[in-house]
Amino acid sequence: MKEFTFERARTPAEAAAAVARTPGARFIAGGTNLVDLMKLQIETPGHLVDVNGLALDKIEPAPGGGLRIGALVRNTDLAADMRVRRDYAVLSRALLAGASGQLRNKATTAGNLLQRTRCPYFYDTAQACNKRSPGSGCSALDGISRQHAILGASEHCIATHPSDMAVAMRVLDAQVETVRGDGQARTIPIADFHRLPGSTPQRETALEAGELITAVTLPPPVGGRQLYRKVRDRASYAFALVSIAAIVQPDGRGRIALGGVAHQPWRVDAADAALPRGAVAASEPLLAGARTTEHNAFKPLLVQRLLAAVLAEAGRPA
Amino acid sequence: MKFDSPATTNAIDQLKVVGKPLDRIDGPFKCTGTAPYAYERHDMLPQAAYGVVVGAGIAKGRIASMDLASARAAPGVLAVVTARNAGKLAKGKMNTAKLLGGPQIDHYHQAIALVVAQTFEQARAAAELVRVRYESTPGAYDLSAVKDSAKPPKPSENTGPTETAVGDFASAFDAAPVQLDTTYTTPDQSHAMMEPHATLAAWDGDKLTVWTSNQMIDWGVGDLARTLGLPKKNVRLISPFIGGGFGGKLFVRADALLAALGARAAKRPVKVALQRPLIFNNTTHRPATIQRIRIGAERDGRITAIAHEGWSGDLPGGGPETAVNQTRLLYAGAHRMTATRLAVLDLPEGNAMRAPGEAPGLMALEVAMDEMAERLGLDPVAFRILNDTQVDPEKPARPFTQRSLVQCLRQGAERFGWSARQARPGTRRDGRWLVGLGVAAAFRNNMLQTSGARVRLDSQGRVTVETDMTDIGTGTYTILAQTAAETMGLPMDRVTVRLGDSLLPVSCGSGGQWGAANSTAGVYAACMALRQQVAHKLGLDPAQAQFADGQVTAGGRSLPLAQAAGGGDLVAEDKIEYDKALSEKAQQSTFGAHFVEVGVDVDSCEIRVRRMLAVCAAGRILNPKSARSQVIGAMTMGVGAALMEDLAVDKRRGFFVNHDLAGYEVPVHADIPHQEVVFLDEVDPASTPLKAKGVGELGICGVGAAVANAVYNATGVRVRDYPVTLDKLLERMPLQL
Repeated sequence: MKEFTFERARTPAEAAAAVARTPGARFIAGGTNLVDLMKLQIETPGHLVDVNGLALDKIEPAPGGGLRIGALVRNTDLAADMRVRRDYAVLSRALLAGASGQLRNKATTAGNLLQRTRCPYFYDTAQACNKRSPGSGCSALDGISRQHAILGASEHCIATHPSDMAVAMRVLDAQVETVRGDGQARTIPIADFHRLPGSTPQRETALEAGELITAVTLPPPVGGRQLYRKVRDRASYAFALVSIAAIVQPDGRGRIALGGVAHQPWRVDAADAALPRGAVAASEPLLAGARTTEHNAFKPLLVQRLLAAVLAEAGRPA
Repeated sequence: MKFDSPATTNAIDQLKVVGKPLDRIDGPFKCTGTAPYAYERHDMLPQAAYGVVVGAGIAKGRIASMDLASARAAPGVLAVVTARNAGKLAKGKMNTAKLLGGPQIDHYHQAIALVVAQTFEQARAAAELVRVRYESTPGAYDLSAVKDSAKPPKPSENTGPTETAVGDFASAFDAAPVQLDTTYTTPDQSHAMMEPHATLAAWDGDKLTVWTSNQMIDWGVGDLARTLGLPKKNVRLISPFIGGGFGGKLFVRADALLAALGARAAKRPVKVALQRPLIFNNTTHRPATIQRIRIGAERDGRITAIAHEGWSGDLPGGGPETAVNQTRLLYAGAHRMTATRLAVLDLPEGNAMRAPGEAPGLMALEVAMDEMAERLGLDPVAFRILNDTQVDPEKPARPFTQRSLVQCLRQGAERFGWSARQARPGTRRDGRWLVGLGVAAAFRNNMLQTSGARVRLDSQGRVTVETDMTDIGTGTYTILAQTAAETMGLPMDRVTVRLGDSLLPVSCGSGGQWGAANSTAGVYAACMALRQQVAHKLGLDPAQAQFADGQVTAGGRSLPLAQAAGGGDLVAEDKIEYDKALSEKAQQSTFGAHFVEVGVDVDSCEIRVRRMLAVCAAGRILNPKSARSQVIGAMTMGVGAALMEDLAVDKRRGFFVNHDLAGYEVPVHADIPHQEVVFLDEVDPASTPLKAKGVGELGICGVGAAVANAVYNATGVRVRDYPVTLDKLLERMPLQL
């Protein structure tokens, strides 16, 4: 870990300004990912701006009938919130499928969106990784890639986004509210929030330097059966090989998003449109353009089977 | 004490203390944080500096240059140790590669430097400033690619003969009406113990003391002295508490050597804990295997021919994974052969991990037995029982001292509800789960090792046991106290046990499931010598003296035990030594049967264990509670081996990629819902005076195969390459879209 300076911000705008004006500065909230990366010197911020003191820890009704989740709401609290459990069950289920109880107590809503990939080459500073060290190459391309992306990847990076929560946020059409270093607020649709790797895998989100997430807003409840299925080798405390967030209405219409397959939660409009025609019909657009490696060649089939299972479950009486 | 004939009735057979499910005497210390582990010996040396290890970033080649200037200039840095400035270092007898590499690099994350600083954070930051330029050379990293270059390894006492043959296997196999010829693979695995390898080292002149985490104190002293070029008497090794070893701490590793070198360079005590991401490539691991098994049988199910060949790889000078050994002894069959082959690989060095040999060997053999039973149309339990042997199949005149495999299988089948198993796979369903049952035999040899101890009786009637034996979480403190309490006729609270210090008598140490049986026998020997002294002091006939309730009774007189030490402590030291003729005359092994029920998700093919049962026959069980803990821990580790543990080899770059506990998955609580352990009521007088044998490794032997067989029974998909993961089932599972 490199030495760093530390300050506590008092307002979101002040926090954003502090990071914007200090090269190499980072926000810190729960720290469940950033601190680990700093210990391994994968992240080397020279300055940390602690945002834990900002009053961003409320879940409140949003104008128009949605729910506004403060950036600092802890994963445990969000998963347990009665409104979330009733109206956005897919979010609660996704949260509880992730990490461990201890981590969820600490991890925040914004931090969860911003967690970095678990690609083992990203974690090993002796190995080439374009995400950690732009231009150095991608060791995963011809290395071990069982966890890696099959959709939207590039020749520069095949890492996945590891979040479960973000997959549910994607299927719920959440909006990410931010404040920039210049004090300007804006709203980023979750669909535009996580980037594909392209030739700049080090840039993972639409956030600008110093831009701070203040809240994530969910639109009014859409009802339906809301399911989250996460597939992993062990029963708990493992990242998804593949996950599916699904909202299925009684008439068969619905939406689906995938985790564990891409650099972002993966959702395809044409797949949603095809859902009433079943898993096979929806899988085709959902997996269009999939490229697999020797190690993750099982993922498309797994997605198909899992989608069929989720649709079957959604169709059964609760 | 020479053990040269089977034990007869002795003091242990009273079973007032031995054989009772007593709580561990070290439990309260561990639960309250007062059991000091090596890295936490602040009480000894509060002024210790901190060392952080730099691991090589290539698998094979040499260091072209190393720039230490920035690291040396970093805040708080006291010293940077490399092979260039460490002085002349030899290599330990138990080490394959050097613990401090450079300029030659033998494997990934081989230690190449230690940065010592005032604080841990300073040392860690400075370690990142070490700049190394490497010249890589091509290496061999793929076992299957080099399999054909494998050669018979040098035979050793540990590995046994590399080739065995009885009868005419080839002809008998050819003639067999029912045949099986299959190949299985097991991956590299890591011990993944909770406590990292850690050492606090301090010099006093040319005398070195290390507080470390090590299973084998005397080996450790020997190899640390040898590596540093010191006389053995100048090295003291202290390891009273160990947070898991599983074979990964049988040997001196880089933490101990580098702490010693760092302390010498910094001229103050230094402590080093291997960083978790280094442990997987820097230390030893269980090597991957390729195993070919051929079984030929008559139509009635009797095996006529059995062959087991095993391939593994290691660094030059290393040893094989002896996966074929159990096949020499487990089942009948007149015509048989085994062969072990070793290839050169440039991966990190392989070595022992819990039940080396049998653990991966049974993962293959016991699946082969399942496959063969199916071909024969026999129940897998019945097939095993049919092929039981009460004699060494290679030497039919040589019996087993005890062999209760059939009883283990029968009792296990009864308790587990084996009769509910559907012979046709893929036919039992519970909601979204396909349900299957699997069985496997467990087998592990009982190894005899010399083990010494010293016992002291004081005037308060307290007995102190001292031995360099270790407690690696196994319950050694408790069973040694039970042994002394039983032999001296005292309650447990009158006995104190001191372990893990090289100043104490040399014991067998902890490894190969030999710890419990041999170390208790050593304590028994010392206690019997003490009893002689006591009787003599009290003027009682030693042959007649009874020790019970703190009294010594003979010839109608009864005197307090404490009185014998009235004029000063009585001290006796002895060791147990075994006459080889005894173990050559009859084979000593431990047996068991594992039963497993799994559910396989019909859609995702996720595999979850639903319940497990182990029935074990391993001689006298000294403490059913700690023995059960050992077995359920081993069963859990067996589930890991079956379903998830896999050091993923990057075959281009030559290292284990998933080198942390997020990437190297071991079972969590949610993976293990229900476990039951049954010990058969058995004593083995031919093993030790306590009639006990090892059990801590028996528990893992066969588990992986029982899980794999249950997965097959659930799905009808046979996976022969471990771990059995969902991606290996998916394509062959019926699609239900």
